Amino acid sequence: MSNVKYTNDHEWIKVEGDTAAVGITTYARHALGDLVFLELPETGRQIKKGDDFAVVESVKAASEIYTPVSGEIVEINEALQDDLEGLKEDIDTGWIVKIKMNNAEEAASLMDKQAYDAFVAGLE
Amino acid sequence: MKQTPLHSVHTALNAQMAEFAGYDMPIQYEQGVLKEHNWTREQAGLFDVSHMGQITLEGEGVTEFLQKLTPSTFSKANNVAKYTVLMNEEGGMIDDLIVTRLSENKFFAVINAGCKDKDIAWIKENLPEGITLTHFEDRALIALQGPKAENALKQALGIDTSELNYMRYMEDGDYFISRLGYTGEDGFEISMPNDQAAEVWNKLSALESVAPVGLAARDSLRLEMGYPLYGHDIDATTSPVEADVTWVMGKKQNTTFIGAERVLNELENGASRKRVGIKLTGRGVAREGAEIFDKDGSTQLGTLTSGGFAPTLQAAIGQGYVSQGNIGDAVIVRVRGRDIEAEIADIPFVQARTKKTVKKAA
Repeated sequence: MSNVKYTNDHEWIKVEGDTAAVGITTYARHALGDLVFLELPETGRQIKKGDDFAVVESVKAASEIYTPVSGEIVEINEALQDDLEGLKEDIDTGWIVKIKMNNAEEAASLMDKQAYDAFVAGLE
Repeated sequence: MKQTPLHSVHTALNAQMAEFAGYDMPIQYEQGVLKEHNWTREQAGLFDVSHMGQITLEGEGVTEFLQKLTPSTFSKANNVAKYTVLMNEEGGMIDDLIVTRLSENKFFAVINAGCKDKDIAWIKENLPEGITLTHFEDRALIALQGPKAENALKQALGIDTSELNYMRYMEDGDYFISRLGYTGEDGFEISMPNDQAAEVWNKLSALESVAPVGLAARDSLRLEMGYPLYGHDIDATTSPVEADVTWVMGKKQNTTFIGAERVLNELENGASRKRVGIKLTGRGVAREGAEIFDKDGSTQLGTLTSGGFAPTLQAAIGQGYVSQGNIGDAVIVRVRGRDIEAEIADIPFVQARTKKTVKKAA
């Protein structure tokens, strides 16, 4: 069974133990258009499911990224700030933050790849 | 939602559509805003601006009437276009617009889409007897902007503009052609009957040098030029002195326009705030609503009225009103609680490349 899950806000999370790496999907990346800046949070911040934790600035607009799980931000991917092309649906390198979860059930209730793909197909 | 005569052309091009001033408009096409922006600076960008209002004012005394509605004076020469503003009684601005003298007693004006209804109501409210206002809802407007625009117009439509200067107007059959725009590049706005718009668009876009450009790049292009956007950078509360557009008043000063009292007072005694350019030197992007502070971050100087990323400069820029400060001063722009270093900058951020005056051979 895959440990990568998806949200209907077009984020993906990869769960390892009690830690979740969070990134944005190809669909979100395409919708954002030309990226110019990524604003990252500080580590140590406590966030609740549904909070915005980062902001992606494209030429057109600023878009917030929401966390699908609650917990503490334990790592941020600063390398992305210098390489915005790296912000993509790559579960090894494209993550924005890693969150130490305090409620694993939040992750379990998200969509799997198949369900997410069907969700995206329904949007087009 | 209203549609322009080119709506089906945009959807066929898979444009990303969104509401703007009550119209369903193309925000960007498949190239995306960055490429569309650069294309306009390097080639020729094609814009549907049919949502804008086209009107004429005609009748004896129309020059005097316009000199009451606006703080400008109008040259007697025909076919000269002028940027000016419609004033309210309080010295604020109802709209900004381009006014072109067609003949002694007739002017053509292009007004903002979002201001059409109130502009027309205001003009009618003040309309003297003998002057007629006509609103051309049966005409489309296409802008062609960029260094390749003159050639494209010649190739696609056989219209020779080599002797048409910047801010000048000509007619060619059903087309009204003005050499001006909102991008800082050489280019044209072409008015035509609605039923000819698709044909003109298709002929122009068939050329290799021409690509469609949406409203997103139109905004980043005008931002680089420091042009104000009505409803954001200027509005009914801002005066031409505050907005730093007193050049619309010209040398022969008009002192009897609507709202003159405040404007003349501010010209003499200064205004309490001024529109300036802001360039971010730190990382980030600041948009409308971001607060501008002094360099210590302790005193708020004003607020950004628009802002975004400038592709030509590869930097974030904006404009806003400040209560004090000079060009070059370091300031702080606060975005979502984060302080970004910035400076007050001269506008335009990018030098205009509009057509140089053509001198006819003797």
